Amino acid sequence: MNIKVLYFARIKESVNYSTEDLVLPANIATVTALKNHLAERGDIWADLFNGKQTIRAAINHELADNMAAINDGDEVAFFPPVTGG
Amino acid sequence: MAVRVQAGDFDVAAELKALRGGRADIGAVVSFVGLVRDMNDGDAIQTLTLEHYPEMTERALEAIEHEASTRWKINGSLIIHRVGTLKPQDQIVLVAVASAHREEAFKACAFMMDYLKTKAPFWKKEATNKGERWIDAKLSDDDAQARWES
Repeated sequence: MNIKVLYFARIKESVNYSTEDLVLPANIATVTALKNHLAERGDIWADLFNGKQTIRAAINHELADNMAAINDGDEVAFFPPVTGG
Repeated sequence: MAVRVQAGDFDVAAELKALRGGRADIGAVVSFVGLVRDMNDGDAIQTLTLEHYPEMTERALEAIEHEASTRWKINGSLIIHRVGTLKPQDQIVLVAVASAHREEAFKACAFMMDYLKTKAPFWKKEATNKGERWIDAKLSDDDAQARWES
């Protein structure tokens, strides 16, 4: 399936870009699975997505937990815990 | 109910007047204004830059307003949050609530601010005399939000 992935704040700076289009294998169907999939890229990706850092996710502009399902056409965003206000 | 995300400053007095809208059934308006401080963690702050997730931000703020309106009897609410680069003493955020009586307005305003701190997609980066750094989320903000869950 095809999804769009967005990165914000320090994650965006770490990976050095803000958005990418991904074609996912069918077994990558949750936020956790996508994080693990990205961690397999190694280097900075492993540091970010190996589970040691707290990284929040949103699917189609709604906060999503690790078990949330990812579907074809979704926009998935990864970002650090928010610090507005 | 209204939300605005903007680079420019806001006039609190004018915003509160507009929130009241000439309605005589409003007996209380409570507002919170967040400001940029000149020091953080012992370092002088030169600028504070706010990044956000434009497609998500207004929706998240509207969800917070909606949740407040289901918990308390309020006549109106407003959230204004600035983005971009600010400097010490600048206004960052305004949360305001109008209701018939003060208790609803106090509680709803505190609730909206606590939720905004933990659920709205903003991130702060500060420039200090030691360089730039992203601000880490505070556990105390999670605790402040959690008190509304019980």
